[in-house]
Amino acid sequence: MAQTTAPPPPPSPTQAPATRLTYDFVTRAIAQTLGHPGKGYFALLGSAVTLLAIGIICLLFLLRYGLGLAGYSHPVYWAVYITCFVFWVGIAHSGTLISAILFLFRSGWRTAIYRTAEAMTVFAVMTAALFPLIHIGRQWYFYWTLPYPNERGLWPNFKSPLIWDEFAIGTYFTVSTVFLIMGLIPDIAAVRDVVTGWRRRLYSLTALGWRGTNEQWRHYTRGYLYLAALATPLVLSVHSVVSWDFAMAIVPGWHATLFAPYFVAGAIYSGVAMVITLLVPIRKLFHLEDIITVHHFENLAKLCLLTGMIVSYSYVTENFVAWFSGNPHERAAFWYRAFGPFWWASWTMNICNGILPWLLWVKRVRTNIVALFVISIFVNIGMWFERFVIIAVSLAGEPFERWSNAGYNPTWADWGIMAGSFGWFFMWFLLFAKNFPAVSISEVKEVLAPPRRGRGRGGAA
Amino acid sequence: MTALNPVAVLKGIFHPPPTPGVLGVFAHLDATVEAIGRLKAGGYQDCTVYSPIPRHELEDALAQRVSPVRMITLIGGIAGCAIGAWLTLYMSYDWPIVVGGKPVGSVPPYVVIMFEMTILFGALTTILGILFNALFAARRLGTVAWDPRFTNDKFGIFVPCEPKAAAAVEQLLRASGAEEVRRA
Repeated sequence: MAQTTAPPPPPSPTQAPATRLTYDFVTRAIAQTLGHPGKGYFALLGSAVTLLAIGIICLLFLLRYGLGLAGYSHPVYWAVYITCFVFWVGIAHSGTLISAILFLFRSGWRTAIYRTAEAMTVFAVMTAALFPLIHIGRQWYFYWTLPYPNERGLWPNFKSPLIWDEFAIGTYFTVSTVFLIMGLIPDIAAVRDVVTGWRRRLYSLTALGWRGTNEQWRHYTRGYLYLAALATPLVLSVHSVVSWDFAMAIVPGWHATLFAPYFVAGAIYSGVAMVITLLVPIRKLFHLEDIITVHHFENLAKLCLLTGMIVSYSYVTENFVAWFSGNPHERAAFWYRAFGPFWWASWTMNICNGILPWLLWVKRVRTNIVALFVISIFVNIGMWFERFVIIAVSLAGEPFERWSNAGYNPTWADWGIMAGSFGWFFMWFLLFAKNFPAVSISEVKEVLAPPRRGRGRGGAA
Repeated sequence: MTALNPVAVLKGIFHPPPTPGVLGVFAHLDATVEAIGRLKAGGYQDCTVYSPIPRHELEDALAQRVSPVRMITLIGGIAGCAIGAWLTLYMSYDWPIVVGGKPVGSVPPYVVIMFEMTILFGALTTILGILFNALFAARRLGTVAWDPRFTNDKFGIFVPCEPKAAAAVEQLLRASGAEEVRRA
């Protein structure tokens, strides 16, 4: 909890009228998101469930007929499923950036959006974790990757980046989940005390007896600080470890020392874009315009701009190093990327990630919510294709054994399961936003001036 | 001789009798801070303060010690690192396979596992530390008076005292600016 003692800065013209924001207003505005959500919400939820159903049907076919349906052909055995895995792990990253790293930096603006970002993290990791399971083909043997005593005395190979990845993702999922739940406890208690009926019983149970005593806050704030401090290096490590799944191999296009920072920047870039994609409808559906303001969107856009510039720089560096190395295989791989049969994927990635973020230098774009929403969707399309280009196209263009390249193309099973993963993710997110406070109540109050005598208006600045 | 009644014992644990005292409800932070100062000066050291958000002003007025949760985090982190080292090295030597002429237990790749286990155990012990200290081991939890407005926009102070001293405490809380005072 950012404990602010200094008075807040004067509200900028883009902020909501601060006089309306009192402690009581914040509690009620956020508690009302748990009421009847209206038709728009159910339309979105219905679309998400439909997508998920398509994915499940494709997955059932894949289970019945095997990985041959996935369009794999030598030497491309890592393709859409691994692309989706890296994409969803990347989406998860901005959540922890906003909830932990910006917390340590004491950025007041994060309070209104961090819960959405953090929930997105948990659901994105849940989605990502499905893909290694889908990818292994015989899902019922997934436990072979775990270090458990078995009758043959075998243990996992800890020198393999795939095992590092398993530990990194497992830790990330666990830590981001407990971090989300920890942040929810005081807010669930606040909601418990203003709602009635079955919700009151649900929140009484899940608030774990929170009453806001000085003893509770003393331990809670200290523990929260340490959780943030532990989550910060974790978030930077997770996508580095994911990048080493590739960088540790010798495939041209994968084998680069640039990969760890490149992947982390790309992850935060796509994650921030996904936060914008989620916040725009959430703000509208739940009438949170007073709490999530244009100011927040502009700050998110700035984060997107910063990481987008790092990603653009990485693209230039990657191509430059391929040329400058003088290595014919490396050069061939990058030529194949840009002008080979997958040129459309490469140029989608270059345009969406290398050119589009430059629009965000313009303040009028950064403060236009519709423009941001459209850009955020294209950023995520671009980032999906970035992973596809790095993973599948590098393998397809592998110059060591071109003679054996049988021609790879994604199939309906690939696209169907990918669509299903979006349905799975949005379904969980929408259910969460409806049933638990999607905006932090106690942290939004923290950035308001506390009620003092003489100024009268409980909470008003 | 009175027989030990198990129902009464359990009821005592799960529904402890309320602590006698006075509860003050405050609308303003500075009034709450003032009341804490007056209570401390008057010798009431043992009060419980409620607030919808954590504030440094309240912490300073109460002069609380730093929470022991950080020590639990440290122990958890070190234990996680050690478990990560043990897991990787033991499992390597338990079934030694030389790959690429490298040592069986080669530490640099194992640092990744040790790091992840440090974070995992550090975070989980922090959660347990918070839960144990703040929710389960809090003194008199559930026995002191409370008001649901404390999670919304009001601050509160509960002062445990004998009924005969209650009038003085009530007077003190009102003088500090409490908008509502009641006995529990």
